[in-house]
Amino acid sequence: MAAAGLGLCRLAVLASGPGPLRAGVWGRLPPLAAGSRRHAAHFTFQPDAEPSAHGQTQKMNLFQSITSALDNTLSRDPTAVIFGEDVAFGGVFRCTVGLRDKYGKDRVFNTPLCEQGIVGFGIGVAVAGATAIAEIQFADYIFPAFDQIVNEAAKYRYRSGDLFNCGSLTIRAPWGCVGHGALYHSQSPEAFFAHCPGIKVVIPRSPLQAKGLLLSCIEDKNPCIFFEPKILYRAAVEQVPVEPYYIPLSQAEVLQEGSDVTLVAWGTQVHVIREVATMAQEKLGVSCEVIDLKTILPWDTEAVCKSVVKTGRLLISHEAPLTGGFASEISSTVQEECFLNLEAPISRVCGYDTPFPHIFEPFYIPDKWKCYDALRKMINY
Amino acid sequence: MRKMLLAALSRVLQGPAAAAAARPVSRVVVASRNYADFASEATFDIKKCDLHRLEEGPPVTAVLTREEGLHYYRTMQTIRRMELKSDQLYKQKIIRGFCHLYDGQEACCVGLEAAINPTDHVITAYRAHGYAYTRGTAVREILAELTGRKGGCAKGKGGSMHMYAHHFYGGNGIVGAQVPLGAGIALACKYFGKDEICLTLYGDGAANQGQIFETYNMAALWKLPCIFICENNRYGMGTSVERAAASTDYYKRGDYIPGIRVDGMDILCVREATKFAAEHCRSGKGPMLMELQTYRYHGHSMSDPGISYRTREEIQEVRSKSDPITLLKDRMVNNSLSSVEELKEIDVEVRKEIEEAAQFATTDPEPPLEELGNHIYKNEPPFEVRGPSQWIKYKSVG
Repeated sequence: MAAAGLGLCRLAVLASGPGPLRAGVWGRLPPLAAGSRRHAAHFTFQPDAEPSAHGQTQKMNLFQSITSALDNTLSRDPTAVIFGEDVAFGGVFRCTVGLRDKYGKDRVFNTPLCEQGIVGFGIGVAVAGATAIAEIQFADYIFPAFDQIVNEAAKYRYRSGDLFNCGSLTIRAPWGCVGHGALYHSQSPEAFFAHCPGIKVVIPRSPLQAKGLLLSCIEDKNPCIFFEPKILYRAAVEQVPVEPYYIPLSQAEVLQEGSDVTLVAWGTQVHVIREVATMAQEKLGVSCEVIDLKTILPWDTEAVCKSVVKTGRLLISHEAPLTGGFASEISSTVQEECFLNLEAPISRVCGYDTPFPHIFEPFYIPDKWKCYDALRKMINY
Repeated sequence: MRKMLLAALSRVLQGPAAAAAARPVSRVVVASRNYADFASEATFDIKKCDLHRLEEGPPVTAVLTREEGLHYYRTMQTIRRMELKSDQLYKQKIIRGFCHLYDGQEACCVGLEAAINPTDHVITAYRAHGYAYTRGTAVREILAELTGRKGGCAKGKGGSMHMYAHHFYGGNGIVGAQVPLGAGIALACKYFGKDEICLTLYGDGAANQGQIFETYNMAALWKLPCIFICENNRYGMGTSVERAAASTDYYKRGDYIPGIRVDGMDILCVREATKFAAEHCRSGKGPMLMELQTYRYHGHSMSDPGISYRTREEIQEVRSKSDPITLLKDRMVNNSLSSVEELKEIDVEVRKEIEEAAQFATTDPEPPLEELGNHIYKNEPPFEVRGPSQWIKYKSVG
């Protein structure tokens, strides 16, 4: 079983295109010419159709849609401020380009290198009544701020009996694997925050979703953490409305209706399972229902359970390690609610229980082949 | 007899690099041809250091012997060429991920190493290739770690930011996180009573992290033999020190900890200051803070061109006026410690060594897939690491 899985992994690496391990598998290859070694991504971004309900649209990638959302916020809300490391010149991922010139240096400013300080400071700004949008440069660096988020931000309203709150705080951080990030530029820490009542955790899958969800997070009267899949910053391009629009939080979206298996994911992984659904349809004749969870906390239990009642099988996939990953929470709730509807054990296809590796990344991530394999085993259960 | 002595001495001059690459005897003899024409040592005036809470500082003159000079020159040149080679390999996409280069700052790591014993301890942040080398890792192992091969010093599992060696604790990615660790190592040194100290390095960006100040307090309270060293290269990624810090006198930031500000481009200045600080710590007086004023030629990492927040003229100016290798070279040549030809010969040898190392790094195989699950925990018997699905498991050998 393990060998078959391993064999499939190796096959997957070869099938998915040139990669750093290809030479290792086949033996010594002569070094390729400079520039010709493009490493293929493990997913294909699938854009949504252009929305017609929100006025004029413009072609934007993920970081441009974030800039657009922040631009809308700063223009409509005079108390809004954006701060973080290197946001003034535009940010390391260009999410805040042009905002300082447009709105002034009192509203878009850099902080020194101190995550705990940034979030603590953000909580203070929010409690005083202004809208605070804090940027943590990489989700991997959010841990010095963990105490501030969990002990201060999440519990402020509760412990003051609704006298005070830091609801106008939104924390943004680039999230997820990027192909070459290694241990400290690839982490997906949503599971750590899912364990903390009082905050909301949101992860978009595309520019269109990102702008709407970010604007909703900023409007929301609770402190929100908005994780942006960094691998999609340039790779995902869609037609996005220029005017503000809001996508409701805590509502999962069914991207594709199906009758045999339910597939749930968020962020980049949504595009992977969409491909898996297509593969399942073509090769196995299996009809899959694909759900993008969008909000991790509080998550849409209704939508997922309703789908599982219909299909009877559930596969959840995320990049974060398996043990204690958010898939375990979904799995546990679904088996409580829909036990008699289940036809097969709930399958979780996640990252390994290891730190995010440096050279082993293509083997580590739950790519479409691993998901497809799990799906097949579920169908044949 | 004289020829044998010269041969032996030249082999010594070549320093740690000689262990990695066998050299034919004929070359050794060529290098020592003009030995008799050179002085054996020279005394130099070095810049006086700014002091904080100290009555006296490090000496203002330093003695450099010929052997030391050649050794420092070779080491700095090796690090310089190794970093430039990494730059080249990165642009060819043979090295991927993050790569933070150390060229321009060589005087810091070589000067520090010259002042401490191999039994002392060093910990730094992610700009670690230079320290990995001075602490004893071979160039080929460093380059192989960068390319992620099994011949790398961390078996290819760490990459650029995670290189370790004997009494060198890395190589740490999270900014500022290594400083409390350094204080802990210092506590262990004091506890074991072996007269060892710990050099804890961090950058000007990290100097604003909260945990640094927590560490200052603990180290001063318990008089730990820890030298805090702030490598101030004027820019924390893209933010200049004036825009990040309320006080840019990093040597004073320890408040109750005595501090010195050192010219980090002059290797002798670094060496003398470190000797002074090491003395202070070893005598049980507690920690000390050193700020090394230095400069990096490359950007923060390979994805940073390094010219959007500073001008090319500034980089050029530092390169022409304060390059550490050029400074040492001029000093040695002007004081008859060496000749231009001899140093050029060392350059040629270093280049060859780096080429060989790069060749090794490019052709060595990647670590086997089983390594993915290893070394998570220390465990006997080996346990199973859960993989992406119920049936994919790896054996983890601790």
